[in-house]
Amino acid sequence: MSKQVKQLDRVIIRFAGDSGDGMQLTGDRFTQESAVFGNDLVTLPNFPAEIRAPQGTLPGVSSFQVHFADHDILTAGDAPDVLVAMNPAALRANLGDLPKGAQIIVDTHDFTARNLTKAGYDTNPLDFLGDANDALGEFSVFPLDLTGMTVEAVKEFGLSRKDAARAKNMFALGLLSWMYGRPTESTTAFLSKRFAKVPAIRDANITAFKSGWNFGETTETFVVQYEIKPAPMAPGTYRNITGNLALSYGLVAAGVQSGLPLFLGSYPITPASDILHELSKHKSFGVTTFQAEDEISGIGAAIGASFSGQLGITTTSGPGIALKGEFIGLAVMTELPLLVINVQRGGPSTGLPTKTEQSDLLQAMYGRNGEAPVPIIAPQSPGDCFDAAVEAARIAITYRTPVMLLSDGYLANGSEPWRIPDIEDLPTIDPKFATERNKTVTKKGKDGAEDTTTEEFWPYLRDEETLARPWAIPGTPGLEHRIGGLEKGDGHGNISYEPANHDLMVRTRQAKVDRIAESLPPLQVDDPTGEAKVLVIGWGSTYGPIGAGCRRVRKAGYHVAQVHLRHLNPFPKDLGEILARYDKVLVPEMNLGQLSLLLRGKYLVDAVGYNMVRGLPLKAADLADAIGALVADAEGITVDLTPIAEEASS
Amino acid sequence: MSTTEKLPFPGLRSGVDLVPTNDTPQTGKEYTSDQEVRWCPGCGDYAVLKAVQGFLPQLGLRRENIVFVSGIGCSSRFPYYLDTYGMHSIHGRAPSIATGIATAREDLSVWVVTGDGDALSIGGNHLIHALRRNVNMTILLFNNRIYGLTKGQYSPTSEAGKITKSTPMGSVDHPFNPVSLALGAEGSFVARTIDSDRKHLTAVLSAAAAHRGTSFVEIYQNCPIFNDGAFDAIKDNDTKADAIIPLEHGKAITFGTRDDEGHGAKGLIRDHETGGVKVVLTADVAPDALLVHDAHNPDPSTAFAISRLTDSGYLNQSPIGIFRQVERPTYDDQTRAQISSAKDAAPGDPTERLTALVNGGDTWTIV
Repeated sequence: MSKQVKQLDRVIIRFAGDSGDGMQLTGDRFTQESAVFGNDLVTLPNFPAEIRAPQGTLPGVSSFQVHFADHDILTAGDAPDVLVAMNPAALRANLGDLPKGAQIIVDTHDFTARNLTKAGYDTNPLDFLGDANDALGEFSVFPLDLTGMTVEAVKEFGLSRKDAARAKNMFALGLLSWMYGRPTESTTAFLSKRFAKVPAIRDANITAFKSGWNFGETTETFVVQYEIKPAPMAPGTYRNITGNLALSYGLVAAGVQSGLPLFLGSYPITPASDILHELSKHKSFGVTTFQAEDEISGIGAAIGASFSGQLGITTTSGPGIALKGEFIGLAVMTELPLLVINVQRGGPSTGLPTKTEQSDLLQAMYGRNGEAPVPIIAPQSPGDCFDAAVEAARIAITYRTPVMLLSDGYLANGSEPWRIPDIEDLPTIDPKFATERNKTVTKKGKDGAEDTTTEEFWPYLRDEETLARPWAIPGTPGLEHRIGGLEKGDGHGNISYEPANHDLMVRTRQAKVDRIAESLPPLQVDDPTGEAKVLVIGWGSTYGPIGAGCRRVRKAGYHVAQVHLRHLNPFPKDLGEILARYDKVLVPEMNLGQLSLLLRGKYLVDAVGYNMVRGLPLKAADLADAIGALVADAEGITVDLTPIAEEASS
Repeated sequence: MSTTEKLPFPGLRSGVDLVPTNDTPQTGKEYTSDQEVRWCPGCGDYAVLKAVQGFLPQLGLRRENIVFVSGIGCSSRFPYYLDTYGMHSIHGRAPSIATGIATAREDLSVWVVTGDGDALSIGGNHLIHALRRNVNMTILLFNNRIYGLTKGQYSPTSEAGKITKSTPMGSVDHPFNPVSLALGAEGSFVARTIDSDRKHLTAVLSAAAAHRGTSFVEIYQNCPIFNDGAFDAIKDNDTKADAIIPLEHGKAITFGTRDDEGHGAKGLIRDHETGGVKVVLTADVAPDALLVHDAHNPDPSTAFAISRLTDSGYLNQSPIGIFRQVERPTYDDQTRAQISSAKDAAPGDPTERLTALVNGGDTWTIV
C-alpha cells in the first residue's frame, strides 16, 4: 500500500521500558541514525541508579528522549510527541509528560495482570481504548505485540524464547526508523560488530530491526510516514557526541597541545566513570590512568604526577569533591597544575546519582579551608565539553593552579551533533618548565671582605604577568626544592609563619586567580534588538533551555538578552558592566540560587533566581514564562506567550 | 573467554636501576638543606636524618633524581632538611603522592617519610594499597608509639592502657603491629630497625633502596618529650641482648646471651600447636630444630609468625631486621610497560592520531 508522507520540522521521541529492556541502546542508535541523516538533535537519557531495579516497577523504568529537527535546536524538548512504552510501568511513569495528541506505541506483550499490578494499575488501560472512560483518550495509542512479532521473526535462529524476546528493542527501533525515514546502515553495521562473536544473537537483532521496519511499511496500522529534513549546519565534519566522551577527547587534546603526558587518578563514581573508561583506552597518547583505592588517593597521585611534570587530572562527582577538598587546598598552596573534573549529580550526600543538578558551584568556589581560590569553568553543551577541557588545561598549566571543571549528568550522558574541530586550530599550551636558577643572592662580606653572590632557585618567585611560579620538575639539576602545605615565604618558598608574609601570600594567591580574567575574551551578549531590559544569565548545561526560553519570548514579540558564563571564577572583566546595563537580571539554575548569590555578592545586583532541583534539565516553556513575567515587570507591559506555546520550535 | 591479559613484565631489577647515577663522589653535606632543623633536643629523628644524609651519597644517584615525600607529623618535616626534591604534603596521603610520582617517572628514586599516626591511622588505607600494588618506593615509618606534633595523644601503636592527654583512664585501643600489617598487605619488602643503631639502620636502608617495589621499613624512634623510654629495653646494653631478636637471612634465629660461637641462649622454633613460632632455650632443643630465617620465602606466613613475637605492650622483646624480601612485579613498571606497548602499536604524529581519534565513529560532512 502507498503511505502518505508528512513533513515535520521537529519531533521528540521518548523510548521507555524496563531498565533491562535496552532502551538506552535503542535511543542511542536512533540518535546516531538521525545524526548521520543530518538533523540537529539533543538527547536526554534518564535511568535509575540501580543496575537492575526490580523488574516491571515504576522505579525500574529507564528512558531515552531524543529531540531532532530540521533547524538548530537547543534542548531535548519539554514534552515528547511520541512515547514508545515497552511495559505498563513505562507507560504509567511517562504519561504525565505527554501533551494532548501525543502518539503512544505500546508493547502489549507485557501487559499481564502481574505487570499491571506492579505498575499500580487496577485494570488494563488498553482494554478501554475508545471507550467513554478511556484513560488514554487524549492520545493516539497503537497497541502492538512487539515482543510476539519479534519472537516470530527470529525463530529461525533457534534462540530460547527469552533471548529471542530480548531483540524486541530492535524491532521497536526498526519500526520508528521506518516512521521517520531514518537511514539504517549504521545500525546494521553496529549490530554486526557488537554481536560479532555470537552469530545467532547478531542475526536475530538485525532481523528484528529489519522486521520492525518492514512491519511499519506493510501494516495498515500506520498510514503516515514522517519526514524531517536535515538541518542547515555550518560546513564541517560532524559526529554525534556525549559530554563525557567530548570531555575525554578534550583532555587527550590538552595533552597533545601541551606536550605533557596525562595522569588521571580517579575512583569510579556515577556519572563520571565514563571518562576513566575512555581515557584508559588512550595509553598510546601517553595517558596513564590510575584507579585509586579511594577519591583522596586519586587526586593525591595526580598531584604527585603534576609535581613530576605530567598533567595531573582527577575526575569525580560531588561526593568525591567533598573527599578531595584537602588535596585541592594542597594544590592551591603548592601551586601545581591540576584538573579537577566534577560531573555534578543531584545532592546532598549520595543524592540522585544518575540525575543532573548544578548544585556544586559554591562547593567548587568555597569548599576548602582557608582562603583557597580555585578557577572554575563550565561547559554549556555536550560538544562544548571538549573546548572546556582544553581551556581548563590552559589555565591550569599557565597559572600553575588547580582548575575545577563543572560538568553535570545531563551534559555527561546527553549528546548533540558536534562539529569536529581541526586540531591544528587548537591553542598550544607551553608548560615552560624551569631549567635555570632564578635568583642572585648577595651576601655581605664580613670585616671588609668583598660581597659574595650565589645563584639560587626560588620556587615562589613569580612571573610578573601571570603571577605564576616556576614549575621545576625532579631531574632538573640545581633546582632541588621542597614544597608543601605549610605557608611559604614570598619568593624563596621556605616555611614562614610571619604575619605580614601570610597576609601577602593569601592576597597573592587570590591575585593570581583574579589575573586569569586578563586572558579571557569579552562576553558575548545575545541581545538581537538591543532593546531588552531583562538579561538572563546562566552557566553550564542550562544554556540550551535558557536559549530556547529566550527564543520563545522573542518569537512572541518581546525583548530579552542572554549571556552565558563559561568562566565562573574569576568572572570575566566585563560582566559587571553588562549586568548594570539591564533593569532586571534573571538567573535560572538547577540549584537554589548559587550563581545568584555570587553575582549579588560581587556586583550588588538584585538578581532574580529561577530555581528547580528536579534532577532533570530546566524546561524551555517554564523558562519562557519566567522570562515573560520579568519582562512584563521591567517594561510595565502585559506579556502573553500563548500564541507561541503551541508551535514553539525550540 | 579469558578476562585477563597476560601482563608484560620488564624483568627483575634493582629499585634504583633506572635512576641516573652521579659521576663524582657525593658528601652528606650536599644532601643537607639550608633549613634549620627544628625537632626537640634528643629526638630520635635527628639520628635518622644523619643516617640518611650519610647513606644517600653511598647510593651514588644524581641528587636531582631523588624525591622525598611526607605527610604530617614530626617526622614529616624530614624533606625540608634534605637538599633533594621534596614534598611535605597532607596528613596520611604521602603514599598516594609517591604513587603518582613513581608511576609518572621511572628515573626517580622515591622515598616516603611517615610516622605511626600518619601511616597507620589517617593514612592506613593508602599504606596498605601501596604495599599491595608494590609501587617502587621506600617507606620509612618512624614509630614512636605516640602523637608528638599534636602534643601527646596515644597513637595506633601505643600500648593498651596507655595514659595520655586523651586517655586519662588509659587507652582501650588495641595497637597495630606495623610489620604484621605490612606483611598482611603482602608487602614485598618488610623490615624493622632502630634509630640509635646507625649501622643496622644504614644496612636496612641500603637493602630497601635496592629492592624494586614498595620497601617498608619500620624505625623504632624515641620521642623524649611524650613517650621517653619506650624503647629502652632494646637500647639498654644490659637488656638489649634479650630484647632484640635479630633476623639475618639464612641464619638460625637466636638471641640472648651469646656463647663463643655467637649462638644465643634463646632461639625460635616452630610451634606446631599454634602454627606459629615460639621462643625456647637453645639448650633444650636440637640445633637443627632452630628456625632458620628465610626472608625470600614467597609465603609470608612464617615472617608473619615471627612478627607476632613483638610485644604489644611495653616493648621488652622485638624481632629486628629484614622480615621479608621477595620479588614481585611492580605497579609502576607494569603501567609504563602497557603505555609503551600501546605507543609502539600506534606510531605516528600525535596531532594526526588525535585528528583520527576525534573523527572516529559515525561522521557526516556538510559542505
